[in-house]
Amino acid sequence: MTTSPESVPQTGTARVKRGMAEMLKGGVIMDVVTAEQAKIAEDAGAVAVMALERVPADIRAQGGVSRMSDPDMIDGIIAAVSIPVMAKARIGHFVEAQVLQSLGVDYIDESEVLTPADYANHIDKWQFTVPFVCGATNLGEALRRITEGAAMIRSKGEAGTGDVSNATTHMRKIRQEIRRLQNLPEDELYVAAKELQAPYELVKEVAELGKLPVVLFTAGGIATPADAAMMMQLGAEGVFVGSGIFKSGNPAQRAEAIVKATTFHDDPDVIAKVSRGLGEAMVGINVDEIPQPHRLAERGW
Amino acid sequence: MTAQPVVGVLALQGDVREHAAALKECDVRVRPVRRVEELDGLHGIVLPGGESTTMSRLLETFELLEPLKARIAGGLPAYGSCAGMIMLAGKVLDGRPDQHQLDGIDMIVRRNAFGRQVDSFEEDLDFTGVEGGPVHAVFIRAPWVESVSPEVEVLARVPEPEPGAETAGSIPAGAAGRIVAVRQRSVLATAFHPELTGDGRVHRLFTEIVRAS
Repeated sequence: MTTSPESVPQTGTARVKRGMAEMLKGGVIMDVVTAEQAKIAEDAGAVAVMALERVPADIRAQGGVSRMSDPDMIDGIIAAVSIPVMAKARIGHFVEAQVLQSLGVDYIDESEVLTPADYANHIDKWQFTVPFVCGATNLGEALRRITEGAAMIRSKGEAGTGDVSNATTHMRKIRQEIRRLQNLPEDELYVAAKELQAPYELVKEVAELGKLPVVLFTAGGIATPADAAMMMQLGAEGVFVGSGIFKSGNPAQRAEAIVKATTFHDDPDVIAKVSRGLGEAMVGINVDEIPQPHRLAERGW
Repeated sequence: MTAQPVVGVLALQGDVREHAAALKECDVRVRPVRRVEELDGLHGIVLPGGESTTMSRLLETFELLEPLKARIAGGLPAYGSCAGMIMLAGKVLDGRPDQHQLDGIDMIVRRNAFGRQVDSFEEDLDFTGVEGGPVHAVFIRAPWVESVSPEVEVLARVPEPEPGAETAGSIPAGAAGRIVAVRQRSVLATAFHPELTGDGRVHRLFTEIVRAS
């Protein structure tokens, strides 16, 4: 070998951050609040776990300000499993994000499930080596998060409800808006960017690719294997399951069933088979019954 | 082989689409593989990047593990990137105790060897058998090869830093010189992800192996 490579190794690049999300595709990321739950999730075939203090259903039930988890608890989960560990920071709380990066989490979720720390600005995610995932209810919101440095997007849904309807709405909305861009003549993309409140370059890229430039997962209200499979059929590239697993009758079995249904999302025979004998699903609440100000999906803009 | 070879991509989880796209550029037919019957008639298989413990579990659950292992032992050309490399190894360190190995290459691989996601990095490296200059390698929570048997050909290592160079890069201590690409017979493995860079040369190398088999 005569040529000696000259480039210097680089960490924290957009490719490394977005690439990490590519590796999670087709997988299920599960909310866990203890090291024991993290192990159950890993045993069931989760591609990653999301460490948090309370699952959204409990945040909803107990109220109060919801914050980043205790570092001891995150350390415990990191030590317990070998799969990637994600953790949540409050919207706009860049110091919580700094702390999570220092703890060595593999992805930060700047999440509407926690109480926002800044009602104007999200975190400037370009300043970090660790990648971020952010929620979105529509394409404009997704593109604004990507502009701020998000390396992965998840549709928001309505966390902690076990009601999949909002996740459906958000996935359909994002995909519909992408399809619309694909069909627009080039000279109308400028106005489309204005309407989406997103940078023109990014809008043009989406129009050309027919997809987001980062991986798109779904979240918020997924409680059954069929829920997960439906979201995959609607175009999600993977699934976050929060309260749906550990608020159900038989978490280990349900977790495994959701993993299988996500892989075989287009095969009703497999989904039927894995849906048997799971015991009780989380009880859940209908999104309709939640007063508007208590809806988490409306946090973030 | 005269007809277009059929190359499978294990599609249980991971960056299946990127591998499929890279293979299509190499003039082969691509088939996603999730079921035993989808192994029939394959001329080669790619094991994508993703979470090796998840794929291992799904391989077992959907009864693909033994048939795939048998096909590889029988000479089916295979290429694995990152998680795929882990699965192809004879032995894995820092894996789960119940993790299954396809045992395609006589090597010991250390999982997540470079560290956590904040340690993931990209860098150019020389790759034996790939013409046209260094390959840009993207390492994501990547494994490295601890050791290989004499039958295994080492194709690439993490470069040593230039003497006196600024240590602007921050790859983890102990990374330099590690083996990150290997071949044994018709089985190829890389710790990094050529499918993420648009550089099709590693996939071309693999499809040449498939055509020659």
